[in-house]
Amino acid sequence: MSGAFLGMPAFPANAAHAVQDSQLRYNLRKATHTIRGKRAAVVGELPDWAELRAAAAAIKDEALRDLDTHLLTLEAAVTDAGGHVHWAADAEEANRIVTDLVKATGETSVVKVKSMATQEIGLNEALAAQGITAYETDLAELIVQLGDDWPSHILVPAIHRNRSEIREVFLSKMAEWGRPAPDGLTDEPRALAEAARLHLREKFLSAKVAVSGANFMVAETGTLVVLESEGNGRMCLTLPETLISVVGIEKVVPSWRDLEVFLQLLPRSSTGERMNPYTSTWTGSAEGQEFHLVLLDNGRTKVLADEVGRQALRCIRCSACLNVCPVYERAGGHSYGSVYPGPIGAILTPQLRGMGSELDRSLPYASSLCGACYDVCPVAIDIPEVLVHLRAKARHSPAERAGMRAAGWVLDKSVRLAKAQRLGSRFRRLAPKRLPGPLAGWTDTRDIPEIPAESFRDWWKKTDGGRR
Amino acid sequence: MRVALFITCVNDTLFPGTGRAVVSLLRRLGCEVEFPAAQTCCGQMHVNTGYQDEGVRLARHFLDVFGDYDAVVAPSGSCAAMVREQYPRLARAAAAGPRHAPVGGGPRPPGGSSAFSRAAAEMAPKVYDLSEFLVDVLGVTDVGAYFPHRVTYHPTCHSLRGLHLGDRPARLLAQVRGLELLPLPGAEECCGFGGTFAVKNPAISAAMCGDKVRGVLDTGAEVLCAADNSCLMHIGGALKRQRAGVRVMHLAEILAATEVQA
Repeated sequence: MSGAFLGMPAFPANAAHAVQDSQLRYNLRKATHTIRGKRAAVVGELPDWAELRAAAAAIKDEALRDLDTHLLTLEAAVTDAGGHVHWAADAEEANRIVTDLVKATGETSVVKVKSMATQEIGLNEALAAQGITAYETDLAELIVQLGDDWPSHILVPAIHRNRSEIREVFLSKMAEWGRPAPDGLTDEPRALAEAARLHLREKFLSAKVAVSGANFMVAETGTLVVLESEGNGRMCLTLPETLISVVGIEKVVPSWRDLEVFLQLLPRSSTGERMNPYTSTWTGSAEGQEFHLVLLDNGRTKVLADEVGRQALRCIRCSACLNVCPVYERAGGHSYGSVYPGPIGAILTPQLRGMGSELDRSLPYASSLCGACYDVCPVAIDIPEVLVHLRAKARHSPAERAGMRAAGWVLDKSVRLAKAQRLGSRFRRLAPKRLPGPLAGWTDTRDIPEIPAESFRDWWKKTDGGRR
Repeated sequence: MRVALFITCVNDTLFPGTGRAVVSLLRRLGCEVEFPAAQTCCGQMHVNTGYQDEGVRLARHFLDVFGDYDAVVAPSGSCAAMVREQYPRLARAAAAGPRHAPVGGGPRPPGGSSAFSRAAAEMAPKVYDLSEFLVDVLGVTDVGAYFPHRVTYHPTCHSLRGLHLGDRPARLLAQVRGLELLPLPGAEECCGFGGTFAVKNPAISAAMCGDKVRGVLDTGAEVLCAADNSCLMHIGGALKRQRAGVRVMHLAEILAATEVQA
C-alpha cells in the first residue's frame, strides 16, 4: 500500500494524539452522526433490508468462490468489446502499467475519478515521480490534494475538515494547481462548491487521459460500474480519449441481475440516499476512445485464502461501519495509517499488508468489539469475528504473553482461582490506587473496584448458597 | 429442570454481591440454582485478546462443568454471548486443525474437536443472561422488587447486539415499585470498556467513557444500571474518580431489592 504511511507509530499512540484535537472531535462527531442518522432513516424504509443484506453477502461469496472463472469471463468480455485488460500482481506492477500507458499517450497529466484502489497503490505519487500530474476531481479528494493532506474517510475523505478550513485551503492552494479561488470566497457550501466547479471544469475540458476505479465489474458483459454523487466521474469517464481503470479483483459480480441488489444497498448505506445520483456504466471502448482495465491483486488472493478473513473482500466501500464506529469517531481516520480507516480498515489493512509492522499489528485491537459495525454492514461482514481472528494471528509482546499465560493457568483450575481470590482478599487493604505498567491506562481516568472481603464461591461454600 | 449459576470470574472475584442478589432473586421466584464449584471463566478475555489456545482450554472446561445442566444462567450479557456466539466459532476453528500442529505431526489430542463442536452446539441454546432467563424461561416481568430511586439503564453492547436482549431489562425495571426509569441519551453507544481494549487503547477508551458519563449525568439519575459488571466497573470507575455521586448497580441487585430491605 501507499508508502506515505510507512513508519507510522501504532494506533494507540496516533489515536491518543488525535483524540485531544477538539476541532477534529467536533468535526467528526457532527459529520458521522449526521450521516448515521440519514442512513438509519432510509434503511428503515425498506422492509426487506435483511433479505437484501443476506442476498448481497451470498452474491459476493459466490463471486469470490469462483473468482478465477469470473475474472476470465470478464477479461474475454472486455477484450471483445475493444478494451485492453492488464493483470497486476501488486502495487508496483499496477503503477508501472498505468504510468507506461499514460506515457504512451504523450500526456503529462490525468484527471481522476475518486478511487480507493489507486489510493491504496499510491498511484498519484508513482505518476508524479515520472513527471505526470494526477488531478483529483472529487470535491473531497480535491480538498485533500490541495491541502497536501491524507484522506481520513473512505467516502468523505475530507471529513476531518470543516467548511472554514476548506475555504482556507481553496484560497491558499487552488492557484498552484490551476484556476484560483474567486476573490471574496466565503465558507458557504454553495460558494465553495462553485469555486471547485470552476476550478475543475478546466481540467475536465482539457484532459486527454482519465484514471478511475470501479465499484463493480459485471463479468458476463465486461461492464464496469461507477457510482458517484457529483458528476465529476461522468465527466472523466466520457470526455478524455483514454480511460484507464484500476480495479481490485474482488469487485467482480457475475451478472447484471446481481447489481440490482447492490444498487439498493450501497447508496442507502453510504450517503443515506435512496438512489445514487450518477451511476455510470461502460463496456469496453467507445468509438474514438481507448479503454484499459488494470486488474489489481495486491494481497487480495492472500486474503481470499483465509477462511475467516476473506469476508472482508465482500466490502463495497460504503463507509457505514466508519460512521457508526465510536473508536473511529474519536481517533479519526489518520490514526489507522491506511487509506482504509475505521472498522473495515482494521480488518482489511492487516490482511492486505500483513502484520509485520507495529502499526499493522495494532489495528485488529483498534476496536472495543461493540459490534455496531457488523449491524450496519450491508454485506454482513462480521467485523468483530475477523478482528478476533486476526488478534489470534498477531504476535504478542513477551510481557503480555506471560501475563495472559499466568491468568490462564490460574483460571484453568477452580482451586487455583479460589486461592488467588483469598490472597487478594487478605491483602485487599494494600491494593494500590494507581496501577503500574500498561495497567496505568486504567487508573489514569478510573478508580479500580474494591476487592471484596470474600469471593462469591467462598460465600457459597460457607453459607451453602445462603441457606445457612 | 436443573439450573446452574455461572457467576463469571469477574463477578465471583470482584462483585460477589451481584451473585448473592441473583441467588436470592431466583429463590424468591421459586427457582433453586446450583453452583458448580469447578467453574472458572468462559475464556472471553483470552479469546478476544488473541490467546486462542488458552481460550479454547477454558471453553472446553466450561462445557465440561455445565454440559449436564438444563439451563445455565449468567449475570453477564457479555459472558453469555461469548458462550452462545463464540464457542461454536472456536469449535469450527479447532475442527479446521490445531493452529500449532503437534510436534512430530502426531495425532490430535484426545477429547477431539468433534466432541467440542457438539458440546458447544448443545450449550448455545441453554445459556441465558439473567433477564432472558427471567422473561423467557420463568415468564415473569414483575419480580416483586421495590427500589425507590431514579435509575438509568445502559444496555451494553454484547447484551444489545450480541444477545439481542431488546426491551427485556426495561420491562423488568418498569415493574419495580418506586423506580423511575430515565432514558439514557446515546444508550446504544459503547462505553469504551471492551475488555483489554480499555488498557490497550486507554485514550480512546477514556474518551468514550467520558461521553457515556456525560450522558448518565444528563439524565439526573441516582443509579446507573446494566446487565454487565465489567462495563459498570469501567463507567463506575470514572464516576467515582469524578466524585459524580451516581452509583452503579447490576440489574440483579435492583431486581433483588425488596421493601423489607429498604
